[in-house]
Amino acid sequence: MTTTVRVLAPIALGLVLLAVWEGAVALLDIPPYLLPAPSAIGAQVAIILPGLVAAGLATGTNAFVGLVGGAVLAIAMAALASRIRWLQSIVEPLVAAIAVVPIVALAPVLGTMLGAASETPRQVVVGIAAFVPIFVNTLRGLRRSDPVHRDLLRANGASGWQITWHLTLPGALPYVFTGLNVASSLAVISAVVAEYFGGLQNGLGSRIASAAAQSGYARAWSYVLAAVVLGLLFYVATLLLERSRRRAAST
Amino acid sequence: MNAVEVRGATKVFSTRRAEVRALDAVDLTVADGEFVSLIGPSGCGKSTLLRLIADLDAPTAGEVDVFGMAARKARLEHAYGIAFQQSGLLPWRTVRQNVELPLQLHGTAAAARRARSTELLDLVGLAEFAEQHPDQLSGGMQQRVAIARALAEHPRLLLMDEPFGALDEMTRERLQGELRRIVGETGAAVVFVTHSIPEAVYLSDRVVVMSPRPGRITDVVDVERRAMDGADDIREADAFFASVTAVREALHGREGAAPGARGVETR
Repeated sequence: MTTTVRVLAPIALGLVLLAVWEGAVALLDIPPYLLPAPSAIGAQVAIILPGLVAAGLATGTNAFVGLVGGAVLAIAMAALASRIRWLQSIVEPLVAAIAVVPIVALAPVLGTMLGAASETPRQVVVGIAAFVPIFVNTLRGLRRSDPVHRDLLRANGASGWQITWHLTLPGALPYVFTGLNVASSLAVISAVVAEYFGGLQNGLGSRIASAAAQSGYARAWSYVLAAVVLGLLFYVATLLLERSRRRAAST
Repeated sequence: MNAVEVRGATKVFSTRRAEVRALDAVDLTVADGEFVSLIGPSGCGKSTLLRLIADLDAPTAGEVDVFGMAARKARLEHAYGIAFQQSGLLPWRTVRQNVELPLQLHGTAAAARRARSTELLDLVGLAEFAEQHPDQLSGGMQQRVAIARALAEHPRLLLMDEPFGALDEMTRERLQGELRRIVGETGAAVVFVTHSIPEAVYLSDRVVVMSPRPGRITDVVDVERRAMDGADDIREADAFFASVTAVREALHGREGAAPGARGVETR
């Protein structure tokens, strides 16, 4: 398959689905509170575009800050856990426990705990959600070093931390990126969901909730569309980051 | 001062089912500047002995000294360079960065590192590949990078565990020649583990013959170096064949026929 076809085919499919959606709404006379027509959503997007961008920026900033914070913490914790055995046996079950805590359960609690008038609780929610996949993947990568490499570094008198820095961490990088990829989508989802539980009214999540509450269905959908775009942006950004690293390592 | 002194080294590996005596009260002395090969069938403990000298494993009993220091101190002071059967190059580092790794671990400044790696890559004939990554190099070239890396800190001792074991015969002979030249230039002592009798004879001053279960030194063959080095082609000299025969007999003598000595190549 040529590149043109590969790019055009999914776009064509998307256009066909949009046409079917538009036609179905018109033909079956579906009321807008059930499902607004794509044309209506598009019209809303045109009207409130600056608002969409502002809300997207607010949510995107939270997702970004949380993702970076969660990633730094996850990588550092994984590096520590891979070096210190007793720490690992404490941290691993804890992470398993965090992994099953639903974001929707945490968000309202953290909101009141850390102050409803700030972005902090949302960023913390994102950080917790992003932490888990990055920690789990990084630790998996850190455990896979080649015995020959390990012997080589030890033979050269490397300390434990030198082995971590020069061997296990760079070797774990592909795994870190896998974790980042998963975490990037999670970060946007968590940032949006965290806004459903009150606090500041500046992001995509709160706008979706308030638009839906005021029966502005096409408007709600246009914010949903913005959230989708934001999620894709994060995903593509981490993919590009990974690819640039790989290119740097193989040229 | 001797490069290596092993006294009564015993290594027992305990598994859940049984204890394996990989080495049994082995004594070995390698003089400064001497090239010594360890040869023997699989399981004779030759690699274990090398790992004890490198302090990658600790002996169950006995002592290992490297240049008069305990093996552990020698390792931490970078007293030796090492190369394995696998090149063990870090795939995310360039050829140059791989060669510089030992210097970097020892905190050598970047400019000095660069100067030394340039020198070493010239020595092994890979200057033009400095900025490439290991996966772009052939197996023989990777092994040359590994040797350059082993030489990074001017070690007076090289430990080599079948460094040419995974290479084809042609590459192997060429690299054996290069190793002889490099060792001749640096004057370093070498402990060289191999499966191949001709390789051991071609390279060594002495060939240490080992046997398994338990791993012991059964014989030491002095190679007729002087008679060989005068020849146009060492591998065709009479002294070379004489030493090959001597090592072969030392290897097979104990167990009689050749099939007993599994894992030893006679090519």
